[in-house]
Amino acid sequence: MSAVSPDVVGGHDHSHDHDHHGAPTGLKRWLTATNHKDIGTLYLFFSFIMFLTGGTLALTIRAELFQPGLQIVRPEFFNQLTTMHGLIMVFGAIMPAFVGFANWMIPLMIGAPDMAFARMNNWSFWLLPPAALLLVGSFFVPGGANAAGWTMYAPLSLQMGMGMDMSIFAVHIMGASSIMGAINIVVTILNMRAPGMTLMKMPMFAWTWLITAYLLIAVMPVLAGAVTMLLTDRHFGTTFFNAAGGGDPVLYQHVFWFFGHPEVYIMILPAFGIVSQIVPAFARKPLFGYASMVYATASIAILSFVVWAHHMFTTGMPAVTQITFMYMTMLIAVPTGVKVFNWIATMWRGSMTFETPMLFAVGFIFVFTMGGFTGLMLAIAPADIQYQDTYFVVAHFHYVLVAGSLFALFAGTYFWIPKWTGHMYDEKLGKRHFWMSMISFNVTFFPMHFLGLAGMPRRVPDYNPFFTDFNQIATVGAFGFGLSQVFFLYIVLKCIKGGPKAADKPWDGAEGLEWTLPSPPPFHTFEVPPQFEAPAGHGH
Amino acid sequence: MQQLLVFINFLAAHFKAVRKSALIKIAPANAVCGSRNRPRHVHPANCGTLLRCSGVATGLATKVSNNMKKMAVRTAALIGGVPAMAPAFALDGQYNFQHPVTRLAEDIFGLHMLMFWICVIIFIAVFGVMFYSIFAHRKSKGAVAATFHESTTVEILWTIVPVIILVGMAWPATKTVLDMKDTSNPDITIKATGYQWKWGYDYMQGEGQGISFLSTLSTPRAQIDQGEYKGDNYLLEVDNELVVPTGKKVRVLLTAQDVIHSWWVPAFAVKQDAIPGFIRDAWFRAEKEGVYRGNCAELCGKDHGFMPIQVRVVSPQAYTEWVAAKNAEKAALAAPQSAPVAAPEAKPVASAN
Repeated sequence: MSAVSPDVVGGHDHSHDHDHHGAPTGLKRWLTATNHKDIGTLYLFFSFIMFLTGGTLALTIRAELFQPGLQIVRPEFFNQLTTMHGLIMVFGAIMPAFVGFANWMIPLMIGAPDMAFARMNNWSFWLLPPAALLLVGSFFVPGGANAAGWTMYAPLSLQMGMGMDMSIFAVHIMGASSIMGAINIVVTILNMRAPGMTLMKMPMFAWTWLITAYLLIAVMPVLAGAVTMLLTDRHFGTTFFNAAGGGDPVLYQHVFWFFGHPEVYIMILPAFGIVSQIVPAFARKPLFGYASMVYATASIAILSFVVWAHHMFTTGMPAVTQITFMYMTMLIAVPTGVKVFNWIATMWRGSMTFETPMLFAVGFIFVFTMGGFTGLMLAIAPADIQYQDTYFVVAHFHYVLVAGSLFALFAGTYFWIPKWTGHMYDEKLGKRHFWMSMISFNVTFFPMHFLGLAGMPRRVPDYNPFFTDFNQIATVGAFGFGLSQVFFLYIVLKCIKGGPKAADKPWDGAEGLEWTLPSPPPFHTFEVPPQFEAPAGHGH
Repeated sequence: MQQLLVFINFLAAHFKAVRKSALIKIAPANAVCGSRNRPRHVHPANCGTLLRCSGVATGLATKVSNNMKKMAVRTAALIGGVPAMAPAFALDGQYNFQHPVTRLAEDIFGLHMLMFWICVIIFIAVFGVMFYSIFAHRKSKGAVAATFHESTTVEILWTIVPVIILVGMAWPATKTVLDMKDTSNPDITIKATGYQWKWGYDYMQGEGQGISFLSTLSTPRAQIDQGEYKGDNYLLEVDNELVVPTGKKVRVLLTAQDVIHSWWVPAFAVKQDAIPGFIRDAWFRAEKEGVYRGNCAELCGKDHGFMPIQVRVVSPQAYTEWVAAKNAEKAALAAPQSAPVAAPEAKPVASAN
């Protein structure tokens, strides 16, 4: 963290005028942080801690599933593990990590001095640790943590102990944090771009985040509504989800997935943005079809509001509803396909090198697309009857969330860490991290496709010995994957401590305002807006 | 690499399955019972060399149980990737759906395979291009970057072509949805009620009307908790199985007592949530005698993994006999109770065998 300390002036005089009145140091610096770089760093470290926490839960799950029979945990605790693994990874790890990237990179990319609402930015970060404490702490209260699945379906969630209430409050708090973060990003992007940077000349990462931020603002209140109804059903005598009182348990699922499907894109659109920055840089060729990338992202976002019931094909909807949601869901394949084709066309006839960021970006395209294919299979309503709630679904969403979102986060970290720290990371270790992650990821999750097709339901602590082989392979892979991420932490810490000095623009093919700054950038940047000239291939 | 090998093996296995599924139609009735009972085989001849492929695997295998040894062989096979291992991957239901025993399940299996092959073809085409580019357009090979960055023609083309492919997928899928939803004119109607954590069955209409019982996991706790030897039907066996005749349209009405459960029998391609306070329905017409097993597919609390579904499909004659036996049993139970006090709706719980 010393690398981004306020006393790094980098010989640039525009930072002196702020340093002389004494930026706080030590703990106070982080508690009172209003600087987008510090807040970005906080978000990234927070999300990594949550990632390791959620990972530990996952490894406990995999250890239990190593053999048939119950060995390590009891079924009720197993359900707590799967539930909290999901909640912590989604709300604690992946989403805050992307917000961390947004904080660090969006002002640097659009030539803004900071985020629009610096103090709100501080508040939206510091809401997260209490929410995380509520989630993690719920394991230690009577009745244990929430065990109703990360989706918290009623009426099962109405049966839970106080761990459920803690999850509900955690979701409220994290929702508030996300909404504030999203407002900040929208306002920053719309108002603080450097002169000359029209919307259609923005870096793709800014575009994908702009759209993601709108999604967040639209759906986080919906989730808050869903869990609030749970809360009042639990404690205040309402019967939203109880048929005996005129309610309907399936109503919860509709409301939840109206949030939940856009949520999926909230976790993947910024990843698309990161990959769209990296592929052109290492292909040394402008992004192919910039405008169509923007339109594809927007179409995905819009479609995400009309597909939610594909998570509910087995609830027993009328045929016409099933068919409508099936068609809508299949349509999403079109803009998603356009994105993949554009990335490949960007690579086509480029002059490619494969440093770690590019490895992760190409790995992302390859493995994420496999998750896309299983997504298309899942969209087919009759076939979904067989896949629903099996390990096939588990495989699918880990292909898009781990190989998708997480790999893009790794790619982005390696891409921008020279800028953040002023040091180059160890390329050899980075590549090793990529191959370890890629191989162990597939060893973990590929066999789950087979498990699901052959009939293993998800969220079960025990299974027929018929499924043993693939479960054992998955467990071995999972521990390998977990170790690879500890290795990643080592690479990052090593890079923060030292390493070869990074050039202002360490990647010769990279484009963008962030590379015009020194590495690491001074505490305050772009206090005078830079004049932006669009690189070739951006807008006309 | 590893996944490529699994994938290749999968393809090989699938081709075998296609040939097999043609045979299955003339196989004797008792030959396939959910298909998961068959022994798995690891090619013994390859074990030695394969174990050496992976030092970690060897270390583990010598240390612990038989199970782990098998796993180590599998892992080594996958990582080391010896195509000679193909016999170990012969389709025995481990890679794909169970063999369908209703026409609807066959249709769904067909849709699934159609989707699978379309995805495989697109996958090969798209990533063929990408990997060609990765190998050919590298800086280290002296590639000089082109400068093109858009083409409206290409963009339109790769928007329209996927749409056409999607329409091709949607057509058969739509027909199957309509078929799946047509629960009209059943021969037999059975209500299945989900409880935490068991199933209750009431024969509501058709032959067997009035029969009603609860169906609970029959796997002994010692097998689950104390590592006792686990049978082939571990966690997939119940005390009172559902019995239905072949060739009859069975409509299943689903509801639940407490939380949402889901009634899933893979061989029938029926998975329908059971929602407390509401009734949903599904149907199947089993064509082949046998025992078919499934699970609750919706997280329903502590013992979600321990409330299986077991359906025995018998010939219409055998079904008539079973109904008669059940009714006789019920009469015998009712006889000593000279003054029934229970309300007419009270659920009589028959305990078979």
